[in-house]
Amino acid sequence: MTALISLKDLSFSYPNGVEVLKGVSLDIHPGERIALVGSNGAGKSTLLRLITGLERPTSGEVHAFGALREKERDFYDVRLKAGFVFQDPDDQLFSPTVSEDIAFGPLNQGKSREEVEAIVDETLSMLRLHHLKDRITHKLSGGQKRLVAIASVLALKPDVLLLDEPTNDLDRETKQHLIDILTSLPQAILIISHNHHFLKRVATRHVVLEDGVLAPREEQSRVLEESAEGA
Amino acid sequence: MGGVQANILAEKEGVDSFRFLPQLRSFDPRMRVASAFAFAAVVAALHSLPMLIAAFIVSLVCAAMARLPLMKTLLHIAVVESFILVLILTLPFTMAGETLFTVAGLPVSKEGLLRAAEVGLKANGILFMLIAMVGSMEPSTLGHALHHLKMPEKLVHIFLFTVRYIDVLYQEYRALRTAMKCRGFRARTDLHTLRTIGYLVGMLLARSLERSDRIMEAMKCRGFDGRFHVLVAFESRPRDFVLAAFLGLVSLGLLWGEYLA
Repeated sequence: MTALISLKDLSFSYPNGVEVLKGVSLDIHPGERIALVGSNGAGKSTLLRLITGLERPTSGEVHAFGALREKERDFYDVRLKAGFVFQDPDDQLFSPTVSEDIAFGPLNQGKSREEVEAIVDETLSMLRLHHLKDRITHKLSGGQKRLVAIASVLALKPDVLLLDEPTNDLDRETKQHLIDILTSLPQAILIISHNHHFLKRVATRHVVLEDGVLAPREEQSRVLEESAEGA
Repeated sequence: MGGVQANILAEKEGVDSFRFLPQLRSFDPRMRVASAFAFAAVVAALHSLPMLIAAFIVSLVCAAMARLPLMKTLLHIAVVESFILVLILTLPFTMAGETLFTVAGLPVSKEGLLRAAEVGLKANGILFMLIAMVGSMEPSTLGHALHHLKMPEKLVHIFLFTVRYIDVLYQEYRALRTAMKCRGFRARTDLHTLRTIGYLVGMLLARSLERSDRIMEAMKCRGFDGRFHVLVAFESRPRDFVLAAFLGLVSLGLLWGEYLA
């Protein structure tokens, strides 16, 4: 099966010269749920930003949805097909009400008002969030904001979901709800998380980002055990 | 926000002493915003006492229609009223004219008293009308109403973003203040306090800037290309036009009484 997203030998340095990624290659295939783990500052978030074109690699290639992506223009449809859920839901939910925020993406995609309203209802029902439809976004609780942020990205109907620490500020019940949602989604998912228990329940495979490269398999289990002890 | 609290309060009180008046909240927000601003412009142009008194009464009726809770509203407008009060107290003494009586040796002029009454009635007439018509709606609803009234897009969006993020910024400020307090910071009149407050403001600015970058990126990730598409639509029913027509006629009547009669 061909990969949806294929990263080839990506390197990235911050403007201050610190090299955070040193030749990372990763293929994301349809239907797989990949856990991306690694210590703080290992460059996990940077990798997601490279996939969506918010940063450009210093060297290497980003292939996504059958094409090489290099310029800002190339990434416009990558961003709609690879839905990026940010770490802080407050960065994502900028519309006054929940339904408007979920409608934002589909409206940008040029869908008609009727279509958009149908998508909003469908997405909210799928995540069992219909009761929040007309709520004011900044008055939601932390967990509600998180789920609505995911809903606002799912409304794009992406092929790949990129999640940056989705379990922050979630209680046990909401975390379980999120696990149920993620495991029932057809999309390929790339998840950054430090929550080992959560990753074990959701991910189909693990990759470890260490010293700027994706660590080999036997290294993975050691790091995973360490992070499990830490959790 | 304030408006919602007011509404909740009015509902909690249970007794509706203005049952015979329609609920202002149930009218089309566009009509409310447009008629309130038209009314304010007219009142600003009035000078004669009878017309100003009439306008003030109309405002009070609208306040009753909005079911503004008395005490809560008075607390809300206390700051504005204190400015008006200063004017009303000083004008009779400072304006030259026919002396009516003296207070502690200071002459009170008739012109000054009239001007004080004019300012007080005018300011309160406009204030109550705006609180009743505009202040009682959710800020986001106001934003949408302004959008549909063809206000400049950029201003509407600045307004909506402010409504959305002012609380987030306030939470960040609170968190920083708490962290400072936990390490024994107390505001004093010294250089250390000034420097610390400077750091606090600088940190808030830096964080806001970074947050705005992240918001922009999050918007780009959902296909934002510089144009906003608005989903919310309002509907005007005949009663909304009745309200607008009523206020329009009142405004015309006031202008006629002022300038033509």
